[in-house]
Amino acid sequence: MSLLLGLMLAAAVPADLGYSQIPDAGKEAQAAELMGTLRCLVCQGQSIADSDVDMAADMRRIVRQKIAAGDSPDAVRAWLIERYGSYVTYDPPLSWTTAPLWLAPLLLLGAGLWLARGTVRRRRK
Amino acid sequence: MKRWTLWVPLAVFVAVVALAAWRLTDTGETVVKSALVSKPLPEFALPAMVEGKPGLNRTDLATGKPRLLNVFASWCVPCIAEAPQLMKLKAAGVQIDAVAIKDSPEAVKAFLSRHGDPYARIGDDRDRVVQIGIGSSGVPETFVIDGQGRIAAQHIGDIREDDVPRLLKALEDAQ
Repeated sequence: MSLLLGLMLAAAVPADLGYSQIPDAGKEAQAAELMGTLRCLVCQGQSIADSDVDMAADMRRIVRQKIAAGDSPDAVRAWLIERYGSYVTYDPPLSWTTAPLWLAPLLLLGAGLWLARGTVRRRRK
Repeated sequence: MKRWTLWVPLAVFVAVVALAAWRLTDTGETVVKSALVSKPLPEFALPAMVEGKPGLNRTDLATGKPRLLNVFASWCVPCIAEAPQLMKLKAAGVQIDAVAIKDSPEAVKAFLSRHGDPYARIGDDRDRVVQIGIGSSGVPETFVIDGQGRIAAQHIGDIREDDVPRLLKALEDAQ
């Protein structure tokens, strides 16, 4: 009887979203994908999905609460970037400082093609 | 093919090695600064942490006079180290409010009676809602808030003796 009462009481208290999933599986999937790409600010090499420090749980709780309330993952990411800068995300937005990441491969490919073209031409002669 | 192009791959290689050596030897910043500095404080309302001292709302921090917002916890060792400096700032007439992170009333009460109580208000931020809301990533941190409730400056880590004049100047500049 007391066990049953205990279970009922446990069910009445809303689960802590820092350590448990959103009941809606679709939203939980969105939150999980997002949390895997957000940096834990205490253990800076890990994502908040991987980290076990309490600050990561506090960040997961905020992310899950916002997703559960209907915010889009992009909006939640932008909310955190507004507070911590793009350092907080492992998927940084395109900006002047991150542009070389996208442009450098294209430039290198162009340079390689140009070099190859010269070599091929010389061989033909 | 012109002769100079032979040197291009070597030059690129040297440039890559130089870049890697530069970034590897530069230890870089390990602190995460708040991106909200020079922006208004977000809306928040926290219940009181200890009996006899009010909690903290955003409106308490926009009173026309610059003040400090200290993010601390009774379980945080550097917070003990900075306590005397906060007392000094209070003695200099600075208004200091605080949010206590993941704490209990008993522990905060014991902390204040042991290390001094420089705070006018203490909000109970047990889930770090305000801390994350203002872009703080640890304890202790201290924010200079101007009269309009804008974050004028952020101090990361404990306040040392030689940080006190800098904070006083920041408060003056926020006037």
